[in-house]
Amino acid sequence: MMKKIWITLLSLTFLFVAACSNQSTTTTEKDTEAPAVKKEVELLNVSYDPTREFYEEFNKSFAAYWEKEKGQKVTINQSHGGSGKQSRSVIDGLEADVVTLALAYDIDVIAEAGKLPVNWQERLDNNSSPYTSTIVFLVRKGNPKGIKDWDDLVKDGVSVITPNPKTSGGARWNYLAAWGFALEQNNGDEAKAKEFVTKLFKNVPVLDSGARGSTTTFVERGIGDVLIAWENEAFLALNELGKDEFEIVVPSVSILAEPPVTVVDETAKKHGTEEVAKAYLDYLYTEEGQEIAAKNYYRPRSEEVAKKYEDQFPKINLFTIDEVFGGWKNAQKIHFDDGGVFDEIYKP
Amino acid sequence: MANKRKRHRVLPGFGLSMGYTLIYLSLIVLIPIAFLFLKASTLSLADFWETVTDDRVVASYKLTIYTSLIAALVNAVFGTLIAWVLVRYDFYGKRIIDALVDLPFALPTAVAGIALTTIYAPNGWIGQYFEAMGIKVAYTPLGIMVALTFIGLPFVVRSVQPVLQDLDRQYEEAASTLGASSTQIFVKIILPAIFPAILTGFALAFARALGEYGSVVFISGNMPMKTEIVPLLIITKLEQFNYAGAAAIAVVMLVFSFVLLFLINFWQWRTTKKYQMN
Repeated sequence: MMKKIWITLLSLTFLFVAACSNQSTTTTEKDTEAPAVKKEVELLNVSYDPTREFYEEFNKSFAAYWEKEKGQKVTINQSHGGSGKQSRSVIDGLEADVVTLALAYDIDVIAEAGKLPVNWQERLDNNSSPYTSTIVFLVRKGNPKGIKDWDDLVKDGVSVITPNPKTSGGARWNYLAAWGFALEQNNGDEAKAKEFVTKLFKNVPVLDSGARGSTTTFVERGIGDVLIAWENEAFLALNELGKDEFEIVVPSVSILAEPPVTVVDETAKKHGTEEVAKAYLDYLYTEEGQEIAAKNYYRPRSEEVAKKYEDQFPKINLFTIDEVFGGWKNAQKIHFDDGGVFDEIYKP
Repeated sequence: MANKRKRHRVLPGFGLSMGYTLIYLSLIVLIPIAFLFLKASTLSLADFWETVTDDRVVASYKLTIYTSLIAALVNAVFGTLIAWVLVRYDFYGKRIIDALVDLPFALPTAVAGIALTTIYAPNGWIGQYFEAMGIKVAYTPLGIMVALTFIGLPFVVRSVQPVLQDLDRQYEEAASTLGASSTQIFVKIILPAIFPAILTGFALAFARALGEYGSVVFISGNMPMKTEIVPLLIITKLEQFNYAGAAAIAVVMLVFSFVLLFLINFWQWRTTKKYQMN
């Protein structure tokens, strides 16, 4: 009897292994079939949530450019999701040729996993972030609570909506922007800054797990007086949901949000897409790329394009994460890791 | 010997089906769970303990367990009621209601969560009336219970329904002729018969609620120490690339769920036996 079980077990295992290996041979065949000068090439851009519309437009433009330049057809596949989740997928084997994420830390972790060099951020201009954004406020029409700046958010009776920094990359920018403001107000006093941010989070009634969730809570559920949001998200909300219901308030000072991009060397090498992947990212810095970014409410780096969109993006006093927090790794460790400052805010 | 054993079996192919069962269970359940333990074991014992006994984590265990328990209890009562109505009465549209019971199974939990939140938010269809009475549903533990009740309902109905259907009315009629009141008939005749099924449904609904994520994150306010469920904390750990920490919390929930299910099953086994002896 036992023998029979073992025979069945073994044969089933063999069947399973055979099925698996069969599959892998077909994929390798497909890979080797296409040498370096392929007629067609595919790229996978793994990005975060709010860039969906932007990259759809950008990809079309790049494909046209590449076909004209090199006579090669390029298809770009997009994957969107929470920045941290996307980063984990790449580490766990999602074969991204390029990543375009919400914050440098999420790419740092991929670099630590050995998929690209640790100094990746030096490879492209402007910290490898071709476009920027910042953190602004969305308030209800007429601004009934009279919110002008960060210090209005800590007042009693003001209800603030922001996602959870532990689960949302965007929320980390929000938190750091508030912290930076408080530091500036108090001549760099960290204790005062902590007090300020603690007070701000006491005014938060719902901590959604992601930025879009917070937008829904504020816009659809009608909760809160002010939504702290990425500038491009605020514009989108305004355009999609009605200018007659909301308005954008620009604080006196905010953080320069730099969503970075880079080639995932390991996969690009494997797919033979290094050249086109690099060109794809370089194209973000060209006038066309900058223009598309600006049209999708990302602040362009190019001064010319920025000038053209001057009215769209009001001037704000912006500080960078490197200046105030000594980079993402540092900020992550001090503020958001377990036992960090953010956890202390919620200690009973 | 072998021949003798074979004679007892109605269906042939025990070897094949047992082999299949073992492989299937290993690939789908045992190996993934073993890897979960493996991942958690990369932590030192002190780190493991610190992770799983953190204030915030403990608060979330309590919240998850107590909301799941209440939701399962509510389902045990009202699910039985629905099963009763579906089995014992005939009415127009009965089939539609019967089919509706399974809807929470088919619906993606995120859809359920968003729909429930929309309705129970302070400005929602139902939420506004609760709000007027001073009761907040969405973004509170009450909202979590609503979501968990929603997803757990089919379990009780579907476990009680067939048992009720098979219940022989003779006993009820006999009891009635012997002068038993309807309450007595229910408590002494019907309830003992369907109680094991209610327990099964309760256990399934409870187990499902413990692990529910999709529908709850939308309706819960996700506030630390207040409305943060365990699955959310696991996601939080993952967002920090803390795989081992996430696995550690998962292991605690796994062990806890297993012990609970084991106890409920044991209880069920005992009541079934008692009923059969009577």
